[in-house]
Amino acid sequence: MSKNFSLRSLLVRPEVATFLMFLAIMIGFYIANERFLDARNIRIVMGITPEYIIVAIGIAILMISGEFDLSVGSVFALVPMTIVQMVHQGIPPWFAIFLGLMIGIIVGFVNGFITLRFGIPSFIATLGMLYIARSLTTVATAGFPPPFPHILPNELFVYQFELFRASLYWALLVAVVLGVMLHRSNVGNWIYATGGDQNAASSMGIKTGNVKMFCFILCGFLAGFAGMIQTFRLEAPLPSQGYLLELESIAAAVIGGVSLFGGIGTVFGAVIGAILIRFLESGIIMARIDAEWFRAGLGSLIIIAVVFNTYISRRATRIGQNKAKD
Amino acid sequence: MEDIIVCEGLNKYYSGVHALKDLSLKIKKDSVVGLIGDNGAGKSTLIKILSGAHQPDSGHIYFEGKKVKFKSTKEAMNLGIETIYQYSALIPEMSIARNIFIGREQTQYNVGNFGLMKTKTMQDDAMKALTDVELHLRSPDTPVNQLSGGERQGVVIARAMYFKSKVLILDEPTNHLSVKETNKVLRFVEGLKSQGVTSIFITHNLSHVYPIADHLCVMARGEKIADLDKKDTTIDHLTDLLVNG
Repeated sequence: MSKNFSLRSLLVRPEVATFLMFLAIMIGFYIANERFLDARNIRIVMGITPEYIIVAIGIAILMISGEFDLSVGSVFALVPMTIVQMVHQGIPPWFAIFLGLMIGIIVGFVNGFITLRFGIPSFIATLGMLYIARSLTTVATAGFPPPFPHILPNELFVYQFELFRASLYWALLVAVVLGVMLHRSNVGNWIYATGGDQNAASSMGIKTGNVKMFCFILCGFLAGFAGMIQTFRLEAPLPSQGYLLELESIAAAVIGGVSLFGGIGTVFGAVIGAILIRFLESGIIMARIDAEWFRAGLGSLIIIAVVFNTYISRRATRIGQNKAKD
Repeated sequence: MEDIIVCEGLNKYYSGVHALKDLSLKIKKDSVVGLIGDNGAGKSTLIKILSGAHQPDSGHIYFEGKKVKFKSTKEAMNLGIETIYQYSALIPEMSIARNIFIGREQTQYNVGNFGLMKTKTMQDDAMKALTDVELHLRSPDTPVNQLSGGERQGVVIARAMYFKSKVLILDEPTNHLSVKETNKVLRFVEGLKSQGVTSIFITHNLSHVYPIADHLCVMARGEKIADLDKKDTTIDHLTDLLVNG
């Protein structure tokens, strides 16, 4: 009986459902094409995934605190573009990286400031920032994408090891550090409380504005950091980089069990969600399905994940309340 | 018996509306005070001031004989005044243990105000806190949204007890509860007295607070219109005051 209960409480966790979905997709595509899971394909997919994982983690934590950031795709392009252009202007590479990442932090701060100071939905504030940051990127490109300056220490971030790139280890480092922060530290408790019920959190003395601001800044920083990794991998700063990434990272978070209403989600879920999307993309190609079906697959996945999680959490609540009535 | 809270001439205006008019009140230590009044009587304004959420425009508050001025709920909580708001006392999706320690987590490896939570200690202490108020729940990891309304109020009261609150302000704690659950909450509140906790029980439902109150205070239109010991009044008298102001 007690074993039965613990199994049920495990299934109720949204990220577990995501993980099962992940396994189903992996097995399904493996059956369609055995080479889907050979070292070569895993190397290809996991070579591009880390950047998405990092952005998805930032988005997930911000969403758990109860806010959105639609500007991550634009920041993903703006930060590496400014780093490259600053290096071309003669600024030392490491200092340019530092200043570039500061831009991600500043954009996050501005997003948070506008949202919190004027009490407008972050959806709108960051939608504005989506256009502003993208526009700034194009302006910084000065008409033609600049060449990649090879004095930048890109190997440190994207070096291709036997199977994985260095970027995967960076992504794992981000996941572990922020996973511990979110799930084990008091700051994490404040983030969940703020997103779960802001009034209750502030009546318990939590400075919910500061908590949200922290999440905005973190999200902006991670988006910029991830964009830098992508540019370092491609060795080409493109002004179009990260186009539609904001929606894809929200998709990753939601597939990973993060609630649109805040207060629910895990770092692990966001990581799995991001990996799942990339393998879905690869699997569709490997199964010789027209690649245009990727978006249809992703769309279906989002809907299935959210419907499933909603169903599960309603059921869990009902079980609990029936028990309480006994 | 000594007074734990004394209010003198409290006034509060909200954009021109005189929400609290020259209110003075004495609250005895270890008593249950029923604060009753219809909607808009000024009950909420009074508790917001006592809990530090709002500041009075004039007047003074004395706590344990010392003059105090709360700039935030945190300051009031640090002195031992804990407020339980009607709808927003717990985070539904979070576990009992996490809820009990919101904003006051037990941490280790601290850097400034930040640190890692001592999860095990928090779980054990949460269970102990629940048992102390005679609330027997299965696990400290159960999300609060799986509890009944009465159990939730029990968790909130357990939290206040755990942090050694001296005064507990309960804002409509029995609203929307079944009769059975209401009785549970009333038992929790009654039990507080013997543990040295003063409670201020805000309600518009006289029949809920009357059985457990030692003292009753009736408010209408921002003013205190009656302030009586239970032995000096009857439920009919109070009903009359409530209805006719």
